[in-house]
Amino acid sequence: MLLNLHGYGPSILEGTLLTLKVSVISLIIAMVLGFTGAMFKLSKSRILNFISQSYTTIIRGIPDLVLMLLIFFGGQVMLNQIAPKFGYDSYIDVNPFIAGVLTIGFIFGAYMTETFRGAILAVSPGQLEAGYAFGMGKIKVFFRILFPQMMRHALPGFGNNFLVLIKSTALVSIIGLDDMVRKASIASGSTRLPFTFYFAVAIIYLIITSCSGVVLSWLDRKYSVGVLKG
Amino acid sequence: MTSMTTQPALSVYDLHKSFGSLKVLSGISVSAFKGDVISILGSSGSGKSTFLRCINMLEIPDSGRIIVAGEEILMKKNRHGENTPQNMKQVEQIRSRLSMVFQQFNLWSHMTVLENVIEAPVHVLKVPKKEALERAKICLEKVGIYNKASSYPAHLSGGQQQRAAIARALAMEPEAMLFDEPTSALDPELVGEVLNVIRSLAEEGRTMLVVTHEMAFAKDVSSRVIFLNHGVIEEDGDPEQVFGNPKSERFKQFIAGM
Repeated sequence: MLLNLHGYGPSILEGTLLTLKVSVISLIIAMVLGFTGAMFKLSKSRILNFISQSYTTIIRGIPDLVLMLLIFFGGQVMLNQIAPKFGYDSYIDVNPFIAGVLTIGFIFGAYMTETFRGAILAVSPGQLEAGYAFGMGKIKVFFRILFPQMMRHALPGFGNNFLVLIKSTALVSIIGLDDMVRKASIASGSTRLPFTFYFAVAIIYLIITSCSGVVLSWLDRKYSVGVLKG
Repeated sequence: MTSMTTQPALSVYDLHKSFGSLKVLSGISVSAFKGDVISILGSSGSGKSTFLRCINMLEIPDSGRIIVAGEEILMKKNRHGENTPQNMKQVEQIRSRLSMVFQQFNLWSHMTVLENVIEAPVHVLKVPKKEALERAKICLEKVGIYNKASSYPAHLSGGQQQRAAIARALAMEPEAMLFDEPTSALDPELVGEVLNVIRSLAEEGRTMLVVTHEMAFAKDVSSRVIFLNHGVIEEDGDPEQVFGNPKSERFKQFIAGM
C-alpha cells in the first residue's frame, strides 16, 4: 500500500530519479564553479578577485527562490530580446531542466567557493612547494597534492552545502520540472491526500540525505589518511 | 676531485635578487663540480636560503644565469620588465634534476613514506612503477628507514622524516642536491642521524649544496665553504683555508659567536 501510494508510486519514483539527477548534475556544476571561484579569490589578479567577490556577495545575499525565478523567467525574456539582434528569430524556450540545474549549480557554486577557498588556505604552502621543487607543473601539483590535502578541510563545509543543495532541488518544481515535490503536488491534488504524499516525499528526502551522509563520512576517512587523530 | 676541464654540475653567475627595496643577493657566482660538497654559511638574513631557492627557481632571481649540467635556464623580461622564465616546462625539467631537501621536511602528508619516494620518479620522470619501487627500497635502506616505508610522515620523528625526505630527493638521481637548513627544525638529539646520512652521501661523491648552521659539519664534510654576508660572498675556499685563515671580519665574528 505504502509503496503503491494509491497508484502514484511509480510517478513519485520517477520524480525521485529526477531529483537525484538534478542534485548530482548541479553538484558537479557547483564544484567546478566553486574551484574556479576559489582560484579567482586566491589569485593575484585584482580583476579575478573582484569577479569572484561579486559572485559570492550577490548570490549569498539573494534568496534561492528569487534567483531561480529571475534566471528562469527573466532569463527567458532576456534571451528572446537579445537573440533577434544576432539574427536568431524563432522563439527560444528555456529548457526547465537546464535552467534548474544551472541555477542551483550557480547558487551553490558561490557557497562552494567559500568552502574551497578556506580549504586551499589550510594546506601548508611547503607541501605545494615540494611538488614544484621536484619538477611538477601546476596541474600535477593540484591533482596530486593540493586536491587530496584540501578535501579533508573542505569536507565538513562541502557536506553541509551538499545536503542543503539536495533540499534546494525542491525549488525546481516551481519552474515546472517534474521532480518528486511536483509529482506529490499533482498526486495530492487529485487524491486530496496531501499528508500522505508530502510525508512520503519527506521520507524520501531523508533517505537520500542519510545515504549522502554515509558517503561523506567514507570520504572523510579516505581523505584523513596520514593525519594524527587525537 | 674537481678539474676545470670538465663541465660543472651546476653553475650560477652573478645572481641578483631583491624583495621590494631590500637587496638580498648582490651578484653571487658559484660553480659546483661533480662530487663537490659546498656548505653555505651565513647569519639569518644573509640571503643563503634565497640563494638556494633561486637555483631551482622557487624564487625568481632579478638577473643572473643558472646552468645545470650544461643547460642554461632561459629567462626573459615580462611586460612589467621583470625577469621571468621563458618556458616553465624547461624549469620543471631542470627542477627534476636538482632535488631539494627542506628545513621543514615537506614530506607529502597524505602519502606514506614509500609513496613519497616514488611520487616524483613515477609522475615526473615517468620511471615505470616497478623500477621506482626498487629504487625507493635502495634509497630508504641507504637512509636507514626502510622499515618505516608504509608509515605516514605524521607518525615519524623529525629525524626520520628528514631522512625520508633525503631518500625522496635521492630517488630522483639528481645532478645536484640542494639542502636548505636540513637540521634546523630538528631536536638537538636528532641532528646527528641526519648529518650522518648527509655525510655518507658526500662520501659517495654526490654533488651537494648545503645551507647550514652546523659548523662541525661544514668543517669536516664539505669540500668547500662559502660565507654569505648581506648578499655578497665574503669567504670562499676549502674548509681549512676558510676556517684557518679567514679574511672577512664578519666571518671571524661569526665563528667566534658559535
